[in-house]
Amino acid sequence: MSVNPELQGRSYPPTAPYLVGREKVREFARAVFATDPLHHDPEAARAAGYADVVAPPTFAVVVQEHALAQLLADPEGGIDFSRVVHGDQRFSFSRPIVAGDELTATLTVTSVKTLGGHAMVTADALVADASGDHVVTATSSLVVRGDE
Amino acid sequence: MSAPALSSLTVGDVVAEADFALSRDSLVRYAGASGDFNPIHYRDDIAASVGLPGVLAHGMLTMGLAVQPVVDWVGDAGRVVDYQVRFTRPVVVDPVDGAVVTVVAKVGRIDEGAARIDLTVTFAGETVLGKAQAVVRLEA
Repeated sequence: MSVNPELQGRSYPPTAPYLVGREKVREFARAVFATDPLHHDPEAARAAGYADVVAPPTFAVVVQEHALAQLLADPEGGIDFSRVVHGDQRFSFSRPIVAGDELTATLTVTSVKTLGGHAMVTADALVADASGDHVVTATSSLVVRGDE
Repeated sequence: MSAPALSSLTVGDVVAEADFALSRDSLVRYAGASGDFNPIHYRDDIAASVGLPGVLAHGMLTMGLAVQPVVDWVGDAGRVVDYQVRFTRPVVVDPVDGAVVTVVAKVGRIDEGAARIDLTVTFAGETVLGKAQAVVRLEA
């Protein structure tokens, strides 16, 4: 099985809305050693101008994962998950994610490259809030190792 | 809690550094919090069966903690407007001794209204992330 080069340019439907919970933000913050009060204390977050606790920057991956799952499960994609290695990751924010946000992610495959026996698949997940406004674009490059 | 001013920065300044002690507990905690339950992050037998030198930290855990010294320095995660890394080497987490990841954050570039902070992230004397850069919004 090899990666289908025609994946390039393919988009997937928006994911089901993900409701960002305050305790989830706190749990994620603890897991990434994020101790700033804005991640844990709603009063501190409000004093800084946010509606509720602020998610650490990489929390966006939780929402992005739901979008990437569509690509990995695409029967025409030819991506064998057991051969996938995470190559690069980027987050570009319009604003931070805060508890209470209802987020959807829309995935587009921006590039498929073959390097020797390996393939590099790059995809953008555009994460938007309930009003449809852009929150963050999460870009992942996945290296799919070829048969040895 | 006031953020540093752009005018106070010089390219090359070290603005933050920190050590993070990872244990197997840290990996299980991150698995639960993130939903990434790939067993190479908690099972030695599976890690060995796919040819890894041991149980590895999630790349996204390393990415997640590496930006924290920058967040603490600017005092507001909302000032981080862009953050990227390349995963270049794995962090092997020993079941007994764990692993220590060291982060050094330096000013890489100063733009209008923002600074690019370059992160050097090392484990056992070798860098584990490449092109690790966080762009933070700051006032002049």
